[in-house]
Amino acid sequence: MLYREAGDFSTTYPQDSQTFPIRFDRYRYYFVLAVAVLVMPFVMNDYLVNSIFLPFLIYAIAAIGLNILTGYCGQVSLGTGGFMAVGAYACYKLMTSFPDVNIFFHVIAAGGITALVGTAFGLPSLRIKGFYLAVATLAAQFFLVWLFNKVSWFYNYSASGQINAPERSVFGIEVTGPNTEAWATYLFCLVFTIGAAVIARNLTRGSVGRQWMAIRDMDIAAEIIGVNPLKAKLTAFAVSSFFVGISGALFFAVYLGAVEVGEVFGIQKSFLVLFMIIIGGLGSIFGSFAGAAFLVVLPVLLKLVGVDMLGWPTDIVAHFNLVIVGGLIIMFLILEPHGIAQLWRVAKEKLRLWPFPH
Amino acid sequence: MKMKLATWATAAMMAASPVMADLVFPSLSYRTGPYAAGGIPIADGYADYFTMLEERDGGIGGVMTNVLECETGYNTEKGVECYESTKGAGALVYQPLSTGITYQLIPKATADDIPIHSMGYGRTSAANGAVFSHVFNYPANYWNGASGAINYLMSQGDIAGKKIALVYHNSAYGKEPIRTLEELSKKHGFELMLVAVDHPGQEQKSQWLQIRRERPDNVIMYGWGVMNQVAVQEAANIRFPMENFIGIWWSGSENDVLPAGDAANGYKALTFHGVGSDFPVFDDIKTHVVDKGLAAGSGDQIGTVLYNRGLYAAMLAAEAAKTAQEIHGTAEITPAMMRDGMEALEITEAKMTELGLPGFGPSFNVSCENHGGNGLVGMTQWDASSKTWSLISEFSESDMDVIQPLIDEDSAAYAAESGIEAGC
Repeated sequence: MLYREAGDFSTTYPQDSQTFPIRFDRYRYYFVLAVAVLVMPFVMNDYLVNSIFLPFLIYAIAAIGLNILTGYCGQVSLGTGGFMAVGAYACYKLMTSFPDVNIFFHVIAAGGITALVGTAFGLPSLRIKGFYLAVATLAAQFFLVWLFNKVSWFYNYSASGQINAPERSVFGIEVTGPNTEAWATYLFCLVFTIGAAVIARNLTRGSVGRQWMAIRDMDIAAEIIGVNPLKAKLTAFAVSSFFVGISGALFFAVYLGAVEVGEVFGIQKSFLVLFMIIIGGLGSIFGSFAGAAFLVVLPVLLKLVGVDMLGWPTDIVAHFNLVIVGGLIIMFLILEPHGIAQLWRVAKEKLRLWPFPH
Repeated sequence: MKMKLATWATAAMMAASPVMADLVFPSLSYRTGPYAAGGIPIADGYADYFTMLEERDGGIGGVMTNVLECETGYNTEKGVECYESTKGAGALVYQPLSTGITYQLIPKATADDIPIHSMGYGRTSAANGAVFSHVFNYPANYWNGASGAINYLMSQGDIAGKKIALVYHNSAYGKEPIRTLEELSKKHGFELMLVAVDHPGQEQKSQWLQIRRERPDNVIMYGWGVMNQVAVQEAANIRFPMENFIGIWWSGSENDVLPAGDAANGYKALTFHGVGSDFPVFDDIKTHVVDKGLAAGSGDQIGTVLYNRGLYAAMLAAEAAKTAQEIHGTAEITPAMMRDGMEALEITEAKMTELGLPGFGPSFNVSCENHGGNGLVGMTQWDASSKTWSLISEFSESDMDVIQPLIDEDSAAYAAESGIEAGC
């Protein structure tokens, strides 16, 4: 009744090949966008934005980035934390070196710099595959963190090695620094998240994405049918690192405001983003969002329920949090290895056939 | 989507609940994770002192207190979440208990007009109150600690030409003393050797191998959490003489030396407050808190070094609240009033005796220009046979001739970076 093609006729090719070919799906998408852009800014407060929405939006960008590399192109990466650090430090250096340039361009430039670094670290992927590539990206993770800790040029020679985001504004409204409004930071990150999702979705639907998926499914076969593995793998690394770099820049500049590389962009960050795409669904843009939401919102929700509603001691709740999140991850991997995105896909299939499933 | 709605509903409920009229003291604790061994006693001490004030005196100035505990796990992201979720409840002062979280909160709390008390940690140059209006780090900071250690060594003999190693946690916290020690090494002519240990510090074989090879005369350690125990153990393994090994106050608790057993005998650590439970206030804690079954946590930490530190932090916060109540003539103070109270805080020997803590810490006073107190530090030593720490020196002055220019330089850099007009 709700979600079906019946009565929804395409008369042109563009109509047939659009992202959401089903009318209901399309309207739902516009509705979500409208709520996110037009309604949410008015109900935003400091708590919601800093505890839930900023981490959700920023992790969603990182998850999209890693999903392109791992989910679409099949190259396992454990270097996400390191690449986020590249984005953050690039953004910091740009912000402090060129204070007159708009922060918006700094974030994009930080993404570009990360893309270059990511491509450089992607070069070994032409020779090594699978677990061995994972180890190579792990080396990138540790090398980059070590580099940002060791070379004081990256943190402008400050005594503590911390980087602090100075105040910057867009259209006269501050988006970084301490005096920001909740809605401004939310909208600033939302713009990047929507942009990243739209670009990623369309890239993966086009010829580039098809090359990535061909490499993922079987690289030798892909090479035989004319896919250039060098180009496909390196573009995947570049695009993926670009998004991861943007998320790192936003993570530092807008969300945290001060960053210490070893603590914030350590190996656990790489694993967190990897868990997001595994739980959300490999090879799915929606899955990136679902996974980010799952791992950002669940701990906050458990804390709200445990500490504020039930009044349990904070350490018990923190331990329960680990148990529940860990248990859910295992449950998901057993019951639905393709992640939340697959649940969504199955639900859509069911809706299409409802009420006559046979 | 569903999950988001549920969170929303809960968050809305929280926002809708009435504002409590209590004096709210949030406690950003960490009872889980690699630093829990240090976090638990501090959180217990902090909570127990306020419980005792409530039970014995009926709160502060007649207003009940409320210690809001929030688990950070020593993680900056969770720290930010904790800050945002507790500040709406009228939090009077934040004690982030982590240098990383402190850095994060300095600009945020200043913008929200809520004071921060980073006691013996955080950004050292926050001692300059003209720049850091809402951040306090009395009674002593990292640089006082570094200078205190060197002063202590000088009192033991000439240090010119000697080699001193700094074993530090490779983070903002551990890097803090480097500049001070470099200046001091120029001034006093000792050789400084830097040895970094990465988080969490479980593995330090190579660092101690380096120390064994280069044979420094003394080792100073800026460590925290599991790193301390490992370092003490490794020092014992290479038979480094323990009396030449000095930890900062975050590397000088029972947790750090007990695992090494007798081998840790003689290990020294700096401190800015008293050790042991031989103070009258502990009798009150026993009668009003422990015996009534109100002790925080499992109640087995009372009298340990870090418990005392939590208690001391709570005492200073309560005294600042009292001062604020006097200044503004109202019992129900706001965070802004609390800030004024902290800035006018005066801790004298007579006041501490009155509170049941005679000689527990140095006497000091805070002013607008100086948020760091007088920076007096003492030295403690571990006795492995009786399993006690004991104070082996007076609380004495550190070398402000070296430290003050560094504070001025670093705070000026911060002021320039964030566009702050320095002034009192």
